[in-house]
Amino acid sequence: MIAIVDYGAGNLVSVKKALDWLGQDCEITADPDTVAKAAKIVLPGVGHFASTVALARSGLQDAIAEAIGRSVPFLGICVGMQWMFERSEESPETPGLALLQGECGHFPASVKSPHVGWNQLEVAPSSRLFREVSPSPFVYFTHSFRAPVGETTTACCDYGGSFSAAVEQDHLFGVQFHPEKSGEIGLKLLGNFCAL
Amino acid sequence: MLTKRIIACLDVDNGRVVKGIQFLNLQDAGDPAALAKAHSESGADEIVLLDISAAHQRRATLLDTVRRAAAQLFIPFTVGGGIRTLEEAAAVFSAGADKISINSAALADPSLITCIAARFGSQAVVVAVDAKRRADSSHWEAFTHGGRTPSGRDAVEWAREAESRGAGEILLTSMNRDGTASGFDCELTRAVADSVRIPVIASGGAGQAKHFVEVFGAGHADAALAASIFHYGYSRIADLKQELGSHGIPVRWPC
Repeated sequence: MIAIVDYGAGNLVSVKKALDWLGQDCEITADPDTVAKAAKIVLPGVGHFASTVALARSGLQDAIAEAIGRSVPFLGICVGMQWMFERSEESPETPGLALLQGECGHFPASVKSPHVGWNQLEVAPSSRLFREVSPSPFVYFTHSFRAPVGETTTACCDYGGSFSAAVEQDHLFGVQFHPEKSGEIGLKLLGNFCAL
Repeated sequence: MLTKRIIACLDVDNGRVVKGIQFLNLQDAGDPAALAKAHSESGADEIVLLDISAAHQRRATLLDTVRRAAAQLFIPFTVGGGIRTLEEAAAVFSAGADKISINSAALADPSLITCIAARFGSQAVVVAVDAKRRADSSHWEAFTHGGRTPSGRDAVEWAREAESRGAGEILLTSMNRDGTASGFDCELTRAVADSVRIPVIASGGAGQAKHFVEVFGAGHADAALAASIFHYGYSRIADLKQELGSHGIPVRWPC
């Protein structure tokens, strides 16, 4: 069973709908015990980085950290990916899970923010998420903060400079865009995660 | 490079897609779920469904329509028309919408924007501004209730307030151009797009590819929305995108 973690921020219906479409056994849950038993974990996220504090308060963070420790595959989407880093300028007092090094930051003033719409990626050939996807696909973004490019980056996007659109490290995956809203390419990517 | 979005709009009355000319003379153009899927497959970057039903018909059919359309859509899906409260917005999100669009209720109580944005995120809140040029042509007034009621508010100033209250995007319709196929109001679009930091979707007046070229260029629009030209097959979205690409406008391709 794939746990879609609900921490009370935003709308998780479209992620569930996409996994249902792919024929996956999945469940939207706010229960740490359910998350602890899941075969895979998806952490969607829309809204403010500060709302991730609910994960720590509810016991979900401990359940996620414990599952990650057992090598359970994990996919963070949007703010869910940002939470994998150490912190974000959006809410400096809210710690991230610090699975990955670095801090999420603002876009420069030279571009409109939020970054909303379909933008093109540059995907590393080694990416497992993008297996059998074209090397420069278009995907749908909507976000005001972004993660830096680093060693774990497997897809870059350019908007006011290059940022991490996807990160992969062992069984940990994060995407800044919304695969559940990125048409067939997004469904393929979710399918790749499910097939791990 | 961030692409310019082409958005297909479904105006829905009592569960069926219709399209009016300047908000009148409705014609049936089909089933919303089937049309939404067809538009997505033909290259639309996003789907907007606007419910224009009379209030007493709306609740019975809208959520069912949204559910049926959303089940087949894996691109962004916005639903608007008659949403007045956080609870009504929540029901539309539960049915499968990614964003809601509000107009009359936001003008009546602008705190509704903040309230929905706080629960679902700003990216989920589109404020629709129906703007009509004033008689002296100096500026534009925002209208409510499907274009029937003048609000007394300046459209540009209202868009700025909507942004400051938490709107994620502005859906800007020129009432003067709506349904005329004579081109978007680039002057209006630019006035709003240059006044806010959030994306502006231009609407009203799409008839030919050159109108999209104009509104993305001179109009500074981030996205452009059209309805009837797509429904009746006057313009395949893929053909439109190819033409936009040949004018140097970045579009999602292949789509």
